[in-house]
Amino acid sequence: MGGDSKYVGLWYVAPYVIGLALFIAFPFVASFYLSFTDYDLLSKPEYVGLDNYKKLLTRDRTFDKSLKVTLIYVFTTVPLKLVFALFIAVVLNYRLKAINLFRTAYYVPSILGGSVAIAVLWRYIFADTGLVNMALTGIGMDPINWFGDPENALFTITLLRCWQFGSAMVIFLAALQSVDKSLYEAAAIDGAGPWQIFRSITLPLITPVIFFNLIMQTVQAFQEFNGPYIITQGGPLKSTYLLPLYIYDEAFKSFDMGYASAIAWVLFAIIMVLTLIAFWSSKKWVYYAGDKRS
Amino acid sequence: MAAFSYLPKHSGSGEREAPTQLEIKLRRKARINAALRYFLLAAVGLVMVYPLIWLIGASFKTNSEMFSSPGFWPKNPTIQGYIDGWQTSTPYTFGRFFLNSLWIIIPKTIGTAISCTLVAYGFARFEFPGKKILFASVIATLLLPNVVTRIPQYLLFRDLGWLNTFLPLWVPSALAGDAFFVFMVIQFLRAIPRDMEEAARVDGANTLQTLVFIVVPMLMPALISVCLFQFMWTMNDFLGPLIYLSSVDKYPVSLALKLSIDTTEAFAWNQILAMSVLALAPSLAVFFMAQKYFIEGISTGGVKG
Repeated sequence: MGGDSKYVGLWYVAPYVIGLALFIAFPFVASFYLSFTDYDLLSKPEYVGLDNYKKLLTRDRTFDKSLKVTLIYVFTTVPLKLVFALFIAVVLNYRLKAINLFRTAYYVPSILGGSVAIAVLWRYIFADTGLVNMALTGIGMDPINWFGDPENALFTITLLRCWQFGSAMVIFLAALQSVDKSLYEAAAIDGAGPWQIFRSITLPLITPVIFFNLIMQTVQAFQEFNGPYIITQGGPLKSTYLLPLYIYDEAFKSFDMGYASAIAWVLFAIIMVLTLIAFWSSKKWVYYAGDKRS
Repeated sequence: MAAFSYLPKHSGSGEREAPTQLEIKLRRKARINAALRYFLLAAVGLVMVYPLIWLIGASFKTNSEMFSSPGFWPKNPTIQGYIDGWQTSTPYTFGRFFLNSLWIIIPKTIGTAISCTLVAYGFARFEFPGKKILFASVIATLLLPNVVTRIPQYLLFRDLGWLNTFLPLWVPSALAGDAFFVFMVIQFLRAIPRDMEEAARVDGANTLQTLVFIVVPMLMPALISVCLFQFMWTMNDFLGPLIYLSSVDKYPVSLALKLSIDTTEAFAWNQILAMSVLALAPSLAVFFMAQKYFIEGISTGGVKG
């Protein structure tokens, strides 16, 4: 505003700048440095060059397994969750009287998020004689060994996160509701069917929100910790041993800070590359209308 | 699909005339469409909510009944799970752990609200050197996985002598460390017209007075959203306390619950479920009292981004 020194704004953002320097920028750089060291907290970090990375990429079977499990987890959870969230948002985006009631019911699981209590609940309903298996036997199917079988354990974590599709759905719904209704009318008069309208009008108009959800959910899924840590402890046979669990164990159980930092940086690099690909490809598929508010 | 919602209205414009064959067909189609949607939504809603209802019912069941029937209604309701679970296997009751959670949440939430307000005001209302880069860093932080900064943060807090205190949980938030909230308040503030603030400035108010007396009241809905989200996330936070708190007397509810799983799950499921219900209760209560702010908050952060 007129008359103010040009540094006034800087004073207001000062807390952020201090926090950024201390808790983000410095740790970011430090973590990169640590990934080239051997550091057990007792003696000073010892520079070992690329040793950590060499070991990771060539000799560490646990890392191979953990990376594979993480990629499977992310590439099943994110698409399933987003497709489901979008589907429900589309169904909900209609002149229904109970729209708010449904929206609330779907949102509740998301609110409880990564809480320990929800992980506890999951252990119980997917137990051998838990709710899900009782329902399966009730309709004449065989019970499934959810947590004991390495083939299934990871999928129960995926189901937990899909159950929490609510926050992605609320964002989709808000975007759907802001689509100009006259476009639908015009298309309907021109004889377009519902699927055609969805594909050529609705979907392009909400691509910015699809993009946003995709990025946020992917970054989040790569960092999943609470679910597997509490529900399965990474087992059985490391089938739910996601990279964040491996990093946690290396850092805070084995106190191998250098090696843990190297794993963290590999994970970070994967997330970065995928994010960059998403941003780069977004030019081709994300449609920004001219009257975008921000 | 959405197209049907506008067709009946359109074709029904000539209300006095008897409906044509086509109109009747379209109306029936619209009704079936709505019925299908209701059916699907109700079925999905039931699957969403039933686990939570089951949890509440099961917490009043006896251990032997837990895995014998899928119904949520206990045959012989008992609050033994709550009584035994509350005592825990530690020298402390769950009351202590709830107080710890509160003692983490309240300063953290207040710090978040104040720092986010100051920072958002700075970004949304002033020009200053380096603003573009700093704002870009907010977005970058939003996307930066915490996993990459966690280890040096731990080492930093260790060197500061903050391990096993609440400071590592409070201080980063008090310095606007939660980029999501900063971003949300900036977006909200950008959408508010500046007329009132400019009038106050003309009348001689300085920037801080303008912030406190003009901007903050208008920001209230956004700030309430921020506080509610922060309350919820901190209540549910597990990894932060797990890394920084080592003595049981400082444990928040989330860690205490994990501890009860490790110590008593083999024989006392009802205690674990009872304490899980209590652990979820504050978040659920807050959500149902103020759900409007959650829905608006998440839509502001998401859609306008």
